[in-house]
Amino acid sequence: MTELWNGLVKAVELIISFDPEVMQIAGRSLLIAVSSAVIGSVICIPVASLIHFNRFRGKRFLVSLIQTFYSVPTVAVGLFVFVFISSAGPLGGLGILFTPTAIVVGQAILITPILLGLTISALSGVDKSILDTARSLGASGLQMAVLIVKEARFAVVAAVIMGFGRAISEVGISLMVGGNIRGFTRVITTAISLETSKGDIELSLALGIILILVALVVNIAMNRIQQR
Amino acid sequence: MPLIETRNLSQRRDGQDILKNINLRVERGEVFALIGPTGAGKTTLLRLIDMLDTPSEGKVFFDGVDVNASDKIKLETRRRMAFVLQKPVVFNTSVYENIAYGLRWRGIGSRHIREGVEGILETVGLTGYKHRNARTLSGGEVQRVAIARAIAIRPEVLLLDEPTANLDPVSASKIEDLIAGIIKRETITVIMATHDMSQGQRLADRIGVLVNGEMVQSGDPREIFASPGNRQVAEFVGMENIIDGVVTSNEGEMAAIDINGRIIEAVTDFDIGEEVSVCMRPEDVTVALSKVSSSARNSLAGNITWTVSTGPLCRVEIDCGFPLVALVTRRSSEEMGLKKGTDVYATFKAVSIHVIRRH
Repeated sequence: MTELWNGLVKAVELIISFDPEVMQIAGRSLLIAVSSAVIGSVICIPVASLIHFNRFRGKRFLVSLIQTFYSVPTVAVGLFVFVFISSAGPLGGLGILFTPTAIVVGQAILITPILLGLTISALSGVDKSILDTARSLGASGLQMAVLIVKEARFAVVAAVIMGFGRAISEVGISLMVGGNIRGFTRVITTAISLETSKGDIELSLALGIILILVALVVNIAMNRIQQR
Repeated sequence: MPLIETRNLSQRRDGQDILKNINLRVERGEVFALIGPTGAGKTTLLRLIDMLDTPSEGKVFFDGVDVNASDKIKLETRRRMAFVLQKPVVFNTSVYENIAYGLRWRGIGSRHIREGVEGILETVGLTGYKHRNARTLSGGEVQRVAIARAIAIRPEVLLLDEPTANLDPVSASKIEDLIAGIIKRETITVIMATHDMSQGQRLADRIGVLVNGEMVQSGDPREIFASPGNRQVAEFVGMENIIDGVVTSNEGEMAAIDINGRIIEAVTDFDIGEEVSVCMRPEDVTVALSKVSSSARNSLAGNITWTVSTGPLCRVEIDCGFPLVALVTRRSSEEMGLKKGTDVYATFKAVSIHVIRRH
């Protein structure tokens, strides 16, 4: 019990003294997860609109399939990305294995189903009369899609935040395609798992506290948005 | 060439006919009111004209062009019209932005948009609401935003679906005044749906009566009000007394009609032996305690079966061989002491009777 207490005290010390290593790892984690969420959103919001605004065969199946992948195991995505970007893989020439870029790619893939699925349901939540009104006012297909995304903006932002939350808290991808290289690809989650196994509880706890703080901020933001 | 024309327009949904063979012609600058009870197909017809739905059969022509020919024509045509939905919705942004949307979608520059929107805010009386989020407005104000948004694009055709149906009486009359003002000021073609006959009369140049998906009568509002073509229209325009009878004589259009053994006189050109329905407004029937000598040709003795007071008026049903509803002022009702069982004379003119063929 004393060990835990001492660990907690030291962890708080590390955080409030802005320990360079803790700050660097936390900063990198945030940067990577934000990048994945942004890249994922730039791709997924238009694609989700395309799926939502077009009628085609198998649309319902596709949406169910997307929803099934909400909880895809991170190690499965990690393995998938690894196979592609390892030196023997089809994209091996890019040389991005064990770089932050690889983690961003992996996380973006990981959160794609969440971003797509939640954006589609956000768009479906917009009143049908809004569509009729827009059409009757002379909106073209693209103008209408932009309007609907705007109307659903709070729900869409909530989807992006959910995606970010999943990205920052995952460990499988960061470990498998990032490699947990100190000062380069080490992020909060990989550092926690490594430091814990080494017995460096203080650093792990400090990083854990930061991760929980991030989760807390994300949750508060989500609640704020959903109350609008 | 009419600005809007529909040819044999039909709409079926789930095996049910919602609209049947509608042939409508609306000229440029005309105000046309579609009237009919709820569920008659008015909204469906407006939606087809605005191309929000595709008809099961038939065509819509705008300025002589088949609007459903291609998506490009659809968009171009739709941009010449504006449709105010029955339950208008506003976009989740400021009042100003709501009104600006249609203009922006047409690629109009921001300076022109600003001028246009400011002017229209004044027209609809929402100048102080410019920066308010439109979602926070009341029903009447939302209706104003919807109308403002529609007229901002200076449409050639304005489609209005029950513009006052969901409003309280005060807001409703304000919105009606606003629409009347727009009609007077702008050279605009209007097609409006309403279930309110008197609103149609006040605003429209021409009225079409839609019942069960069919256009049963169309023409001048006065004509429809005075001479409904059939029983459904008669009921709709307030002919509360519709009584079946047979023509027993007709000399120079002054006919005698036998109703359950009582003979009444009416001006009509139906021939002897024809089965007809006699239509009469309750306000055209006068009630007296004794037989009055007047120019009215019909005066029937009867017995009151019920009375109901509504505001300053009193509705009285008299059994004079057939039930006849009359409308008297509350004051004269009290003076005569009208109540159930009172013996009275119901008097009405031969010209206030409208005779239609019985179905």
